Amino acid sequence: MSSTATHYKMITGEVKERIDRWISNYPADQRQSAVMPALRIVQEVNGGHLTTELMDEVADYLGMAPIAVYEVATFYGNYEHKPVGKHKLCVCNSISCMLRGKDEVIEYLEEKLGVKVGEVTPDGKFSIKKVECLGACGGAPMMQIGKKYYENLTKESIDEILAGLE
Amino acid sequence: MLHLNECCYRLNHLDRSWDIDVYMANGGYEVWKRVLAGDLDPQEIIEEVKLSGIRGRGGAGFPTGLKWSFMNRLAPGDKYILCNSDEGEPGTFKDRDIMRFNPHQLVEGMMIAGYVIGATAGYNYIRGEFWEPYQRFNNAVKQAREAGLLGKNILGSGYNFDLYTHLGAGAYICGEETALIESIEGKKGQPRFKPPFPASYGLYGKPTTINNTETLASIPMILAKGGQWFSDLGVANAGGTKLYAVSGHVNKPGNFEVRMGTPFKDLLEAAGGIWKGRQLKCVIPGGASTAILPAEKAMGMTMDYDGIAKAGSFLGAGSVIIMDDQTDIVKVIENLSHFYWDESCGQCTPCREGTGWLYRVVKRIREGKGRPEDIESLKSVTGKIMGNVICGLGDAATIALDSALKHYEHEFRHYIDHGCSIYDRQ
Repeated sequence: MSSTATHYKMITGEVKERIDRWISNYPADQRQSAVMPALRIVQEVNGGHLTTELMDEVADYLGMAPIAVYEVATFYGNYEHKPVGKHKLCVCNSISCMLRGKDEVIEYLEEKLGVKVGEVTPDGKFSIKKVECLGACGGAPMMQIGKKYYENLTKESIDEILAGLE
Repeated sequence: MLHLNECCYRLNHLDRSWDIDVYMANGGYEVWKRVLAGDLDPQEIIEEVKLSGIRGRGGAGFPTGLKWSFMNRLAPGDKYILCNSDEGEPGTFKDRDIMRFNPHQLVEGMMIAGYVIGATAGYNYIRGEFWEPYQRFNNAVKQAREAGLLGKNILGSGYNFDLYTHLGAGAYICGEETALIESIEGKKGQPRFKPPFPASYGLYGKPTTINNTETLASIPMILAKGGQWFSDLGVANAGGTKLYAVSGHVNKPGNFEVRMGTPFKDLLEAAGGIWKGRQLKCVIPGGASTAILPAEKAMGMTMDYDGIAKAGSFLGAGSVIIMDDQTDIVKVIENLSHFYWDESCGQCTPCREGTGWLYRVVKRIREGKGRPEDIESLKSVTGKIMGNVICGLGDAATIALDSALKHYEHEFRHYIDHGCSIYDRQ
């Protein structure tokens, strides 16, 4: 399979350069190895979620069958297929965080933001997601927002964190 | 008196410990230079690693020197060294701090391992959520390359080797070595049937060795100070130091690098003891995939492979989850069962369907809707998953549950009979 499209809507300019840098990490005949970073990058530029068009573009660019990209995009938990908040609050739901109060963290976030897990605030700013162990159990309860970890959460620290997000 | 931070965390207390200057000022890359100069040949390194007694730190505990000896370094064609930094077993957070605070030691370990097996390239598979550790590791690779320690014809040795990172995207199963390979190949992370093993058919079908982050980061110290030194730090059948990630109901959760064979009670004390003035109820000593041990069994054990096995569990990844005497075991098992159900890759029917069964039945019990026959159903389902699946995830889903039923069946029965936990005031 080879790339047939000459014009991409998303994979151009800086996005293309970022994906190309990942492609260069793998042997020349293994472009599909860059599918995970490519999906991550286009999801990020698209405001946090993937669409069929984006996945098709990634498939075409990497010389993959679209179904092979859909498989990857639906297997890994970090890819989103519906709009999420500008800030996706990923609260760790696993055992060590449970022992130290993740249920209270989720309850507090739901109450404070007026939305449930899986929903987006009406202004599009926040959404809440329960995720499995994020590997920071020493700082339980914790959550991830964007690329950052926030550990040892309390109501006060949550107030502060959310107030600091634009 | 605990001996702390003698290997992987030895630099963690230093300012900018992740910087190449700090690493080199503390003996960093000296072993790598000796290897390139021909002072240490691959066979000698393997012997030294065998002597050290180090066993895979990701959880399986396979002897590292033996694993390396499966590779034929002179075989033509590409070969790969992979580092498994897909740290995701609930309770595990030790590798994260290697990458954040001592990434160069991991880089050096990967380079040495790569040289020993004749690899042309290495990939560190880091879970996608670990952005800060990824940046630290990536920067370390960049610094090493700029210092001429990586790349083509390294330090005039004629040896070419480079290192890259692959970022995961939220799938616990990719910590299984063949799922990890599939993931780097741009596919769903579903484990491969073995054999063939990665040493003969690994990444892109090429011979491949996969080691855990802690294992690889220990290698430079083993070779700098000698296999005997490392072995002597530990106990019989468990050489060296071990990173224990202590979480849950303790006053000071965190990572502790101690010697193998350290008494559990000393580790618990180092972590500040049980919080809120409570008592220890039980421990999961090696991560969510290992059996729960009641306090009386845990308090007497030593933290090494045989010590924990004797107490009735497994060292696993060294992820020590502490639970106080107010902990509702049914709720704990509901949480763990949810994890395995969520993370099952869906390939093998007993795991895909069985983990869902376990979760739904335990959830039903916890919600007060349990039926008298539920405990027998749980036992029968765990027996049907164990041993009938390609990888360890399905087995793992049954281990904590089986141990909970063994030690705390009365708590499940209380829920079924009374609709609530033994701790609920009626």
